[in-house]
Amino acid sequence: MRHGKYPFVIGFLFAPVTLYVVFVIAPYAQAFQISMTNWRGLSAPQWVGFDNYRRLLDDGSFWKAVQHHGVLLLALPLITIAIALFFAFLLNVGGRSVGGQRQGVAGSKFYRVVFFFPQVLAVAIIAVLFQMVYRPNESGLINGVLMKLGLDPVLFLIRPNLALWSIIAVLVWQAVGFYVVLFSAGMASIPGEIYEAAEMDGATRVTLFFRVTLPLLWDTLQVAWVYLGIAAFDAFAIVAVLSVDSGGPDGATTVLAMEIYRNAFVYSKYGYASAMGVALFFLTITFAALTLRLTKRESVEY
Amino acid sequence: MSITPDNPAELSRRTLLGRTAAAGLLATGAVSLLGACATSGSEEGATKAEEGTKSAANPLGVKDDAPLEVVIFNGGYGEKYATDVHEPLYKKAFPKAEIKHQSTQAVSTVLQPRFASGNPPEFVNNSGEKLIDFGSLVADGQLMNLTELWDAPSVDDPNKKVRDTVVPGTVEAGSFNGKPYVLYYVSTVFGIWYSGKLFRDNGWAPAKTWSEFTALLDKIKAKGITPYGYAGANAAYYQWNVILTHAAKIGGTDVLKNIDNLEDGAWQQDAVKQAAAAWAEIGAKYVDKSFEGLKHTDVQLRQNQYKLAFYPSGDWLEGEQKKDTPAGFEYQLMPVPSLSASDKLPATALRATAGEGYFVSAKSKNPRGGLEYMRQMLSVAGAKGFTEVVKAPTVVTAGSEGFAFPPGVASSQGALKAAGQDVFNLYFDGWYKELDTEARTATNELMFGRINADAFCERIQKRADAISKDSSVAKFKR
Repeated sequence: MRHGKYPFVIGFLFAPVTLYVVFVIAPYAQAFQISMTNWRGLSAPQWVGFDNYRRLLDDGSFWKAVQHHGVLLLALPLITIAIALFFAFLLNVGGRSVGGQRQGVAGSKFYRVVFFFPQVLAVAIIAVLFQMVYRPNESGLINGVLMKLGLDPVLFLIRPNLALWSIIAVLVWQAVGFYVVLFSAGMASIPGEIYEAAEMDGATRVTLFFRVTLPLLWDTLQVAWVYLGIAAFDAFAIVAVLSVDSGGPDGATTVLAMEIYRNAFVYSKYGYASAMGVALFFLTITFAALTLRLTKRESVEY
Repeated sequence: MSITPDNPAELSRRTLLGRTAAAGLLATGAVSLLGACATSGSEEGATKAEEGTKSAANPLGVKDDAPLEVVIFNGGYGEKYATDVHEPLYKKAFPKAEIKHQSTQAVSTVLQPRFASGNPPEFVNNSGEKLIDFGSLVADGQLMNLTELWDAPSVDDPNKKVRDTVVPGTVEAGSFNGKPYVLYYVSTVFGIWYSGKLFRDNGWAPAKTWSEFTALLDKIKAKGITPYGYAGANAAYYQWNVILTHAAKIGGTDVLKNIDNLEDGAWQQDAVKQAAAAWAEIGAKYVDKSFEGLKHTDVQLRQNQYKLAFYPSGDWLEGEQKKDTPAGFEYQLMPVPSLSASDKLPATALRATAGEGYFVSAKSKNPRGGLEYMRQMLSVAGAKGFTEVVKAPTVVTAGSEGFAFPPGVASSQGALKAAGQDVFNLYFDGWYKELDTEARTATNELMFGRINADAFCERIQKRADAISKDSSVAKFKR
């Protein structure tokens, strides 16, 4: 059996590793290479060393984008996880107890499907949908109603201090369904006896949630946090399609991917855009490593 | 046999890490190889251009059987004018040549890789939202110098050079640092558009002076119609165009020349400030706040529904809106009104230029064929055919004679004639895309009341200064 083991293993690994190297690792590494040049995307690039990175330091829109990622990084996971947990709890254990087994609220099977709908839609379609929802005049979904009621329209994407939150709301709306399903699966694997025992001791629903569900769901939460954090470093499609003036007004909703896109494909500064890409790469990696380290704690065996 | 672990399950974390690192090293090797091809387009790789013998019928020396690839932007003008008019003309002159036609709505997506790999098509209509930045193309030496074309005898009259058959300013519009690289083919006039029917029905007349203009806007507002508006979401440059046109009328055409040449303090000239202040007031009083969140198609549709009176644009507007315009709407152009009696240029002055850019790739196989294709486009037959298909005038003077234009283009052509010598143009947006982006953002800030005229001038000036100091940006002068 030992004989010929390596040719066998190598034979199996060759194709996937080659594909991975060519289509994943190579472009990554090439971004590092291009970020050191002044490539305009047409003829041969010239080496400029760390010039592009020096330029990043006093680029206002770059720092604005980084700041927005900070906001997204806090708001997106917190809001999404809170809402998803609440829904998942109601769907799984929020209802009455039947024969000692906790049930979801009435109609929970139906809600579970409905919550998952946004996840099925392509991001670009969601962005276009929300253009209709947020439209600032009488043909907008929200403002149409407000104006019928004689109220002033809310300028969702136009007011600089409201625009980013309008974008975050879309991201949350889209993400919640997936995490409801994720948390539901996690809750389903918590043994019913634990709830039963807690209930016999007189625990209310709130206590059940905080003392039983949450600690036993810790691993799933951690995964959700990392996923959402990485999603917070993206947000490109929604911002590109939905925001006013591509990341506006006046850069109020811009994100790094938007700036990368603009520098590469509008200004033809591929070298500088790659430097931004490299910065984004390190930000994402740092975040993932930090989260996994900070949230490390003994998981409960059951 | 020695270093092989006895049991694969015992493969420790350390050895695994070591192997991953080794794989990484291998990958790096592969990358430098790949890197070499993705960003190549090297100088020595340039293909040898095909060349034939020059003659009276073939003044540009085209090799008569060399194939020609034509890429057309399939936008507002479509692609029919190329397949039905220009390509047959070329084919008639060179029956042995094979023409490969391609059309796209995303020019840079399709062509950027071709330039990067050193195999560009001969003739390109570089236009639309995804055009390739002309400044970068010129700076990288990708474009064929068109001097030979402009000096060649024209198709219709061998005693007349091609440059003498077009509207004055056409060659300059496509020049970078004095060298012609781009053919701008469609005559374009900019102004403020209104519906002839709406104005006739209400007894309104277009304004010549600023006081007439504001009085008119008040009357329109009283009628419950939004007096003035542009689309902030994606077309703010329609409005900076109005502000700068106004600045040129106030302070003379040198105002724009200074801006294009990135002169110190060009954006803080008095004329620019006055124009910005005047339009900021229009923004505050007469523009609906919701327009900042609307796209140009939305706003243009509102005008077609008689909910908006004035809309700034170029004269492609009428063709673009053909499907949504109600019968009898009658697009009309009004030049930007003069601010005061001390304006340097008269009220009739306006911005006009040649639009819709075409170029020949210097590094393609048959660049002379590309030049000849342009010469055919600039023949009377080529221009007339284009005008008949797309209903827009070309830069060829003899091309639009006797053609009955629809009301909007007729009115802009009339305004162009009335302007006489007082026609000007600006170039900075094509030369420095970053400055265009900044001007758009600042225009929204100004028109929707978040900054004043001084701050408007200051922030764009700051970006202009940064670009003028940036050694990585190719500079142009006129």
